[in-house]
Amino acid sequence: MFDTVEPMTAEAKDAGMRLELSAAQRRARSGFRAFVAAEIVPHAGRWDREQAIAADLPAKLAAQGYLGSLLPHEHGGGDLDMITYGLLTEEIGRACSSVRSLLTVHDMVAHAILRWGSKAQRERWLPAMARGETLGALALSEPNVGSDAKSVETVAVADGDDLVLTGHKKWTTFGQIAGLFLVFAQCEGKPTTILVERDRAGVAIEPIRDMLGTSASMLAEVRLAGCRVPRTNIVGRVGFGVSHVGAAALEQGRYSVAWGAVGIGQACLDASLRYAAERHQFGAPLAEHQLIRAMLSDMITEVHAGRLLCCRAGWLRENRDPGASAETMVAKYFCAKMASRAAADAVQIHGANGCSADYPVARYLRDAKILEIIEGSNQIQQITLSRFDYQEL
Amino acid sequence: MDQDQNETKVKEFLSRFFKSHDLQPDEDIFALGFVNSLLAMQLVAFVEKEFGIRVEDEDLDLDNFRSIRAITGLVERKTAPAAR
Repeated sequence: MFDTVEPMTAEAKDAGMRLELSAAQRRARSGFRAFVAAEIVPHAGRWDREQAIAADLPAKLAAQGYLGSLLPHEHGGGDLDMITYGLLTEEIGRACSSVRSLLTVHDMVAHAILRWGSKAQRERWLPAMARGETLGALALSEPNVGSDAKSVETVAVADGDDLVLTGHKKWTTFGQIAGLFLVFAQCEGKPTTILVERDRAGVAIEPIRDMLGTSASMLAEVRLAGCRVPRTNIVGRVGFGVSHVGAAALEQGRYSVAWGAVGIGQACLDASLRYAAERHQFGAPLAEHQLIRAMLSDMITEVHAGRLLCCRAGWLRENRDPGASAETMVAKYFCAKMASRAAADAVQIHGANGCSADYPVARYLRDAKILEIIEGSNQIQQITLSRFDYQEL
Repeated sequence: MDQDQNETKVKEFLSRFFKSHDLQPDEDIFALGFVNSLLAMQLVAFVEKEFGIRVEDEDLDLDNFRSIRAITGLVERKTAPAAR
């Protein structure tokens, strides 16, 4: 019966979706892999144990153009397309989720300034962020506030042309070394985002140690005690800190975390395939045992599915499609869960070895769990996505 | 493009969020209680893509997004010759 079907014309074929990387994107990925293999893979386990990345790593990342890589050329950025940016994030996330976290939060702040900052803020901060001279960090969470961002207790009180900030931020990723904080505070009783430089009087930084995962992401508590900044440090306008500025930053963060999760999934798959081929039990490689093969097959399938969701979100973001927000959330939600499942199975395949520091899969498992919490927990994604049944392809 | 066409496009977009409600041009979408941060971001993205404008930080005013007519008013001001 298929003989009667007319062959597709070239025009008709072009009407379909293209699901392959361009030659330039493949070349870029090769460059990312070479950098990651040389500068991150050999050190990731040690950084995890020491709970800090190397001091010179941000400069190395900046020299490659990996900090602020999405920023337009006019601001000194790499002007990467969303898919190439995703490939960069996956490759770094495959090697070290803490380094991926550095890119994530730095890019969140850069994106917030690019999207909603004033011309003066864009000119002041974006080139410095692209050069890696200033690292950005998001100061949102507090001891009493996590998902409910509109309820932050930090306050910014107007005093002439200044704002005076008082509050306590917690879990600030790379707060130990960041030079610029995007602080969420109540200003005139409304959620507002304000740039606070690290060297301002009244800013105190205290490291947080011994986290479950992404242990080298140099978390900090940031205390603001009567910290005075000019009112021109407000990003966007008073009252739009969560709905627009925070939403833009968090969407960028979710996109980055989703790709980072694909990186963890791929790392789990690589490690598991290698181990299952090398390790023999009952006279055969693990890979010959059907229950091991079942786990490997699920891992392969889910990593591929996650990557495709990320590509679709990236394509929508690249085209500034209104559906990008929801699709990015779908990708983040799926990929974070996928990474945890992949990592749990990777540890299972490795047995006792997987529970030791001799293999990286235990680190992947700890790191993957973090991704189910940051940039909107799984439950926040579920609550929000369940309201989005109108979205269409 | 005239105002009626713009209003039709904005209404079509917002109707995805207000499925069972026939949204009127001057009806306050915030008062209807369906606007969350994800919708707010999607609305900005829609306006920018559909009408080829950029919503700037100084445009962040709820009154610019309160109704179909308020949104088309913002679009018309941003696309007026003096605004280019």
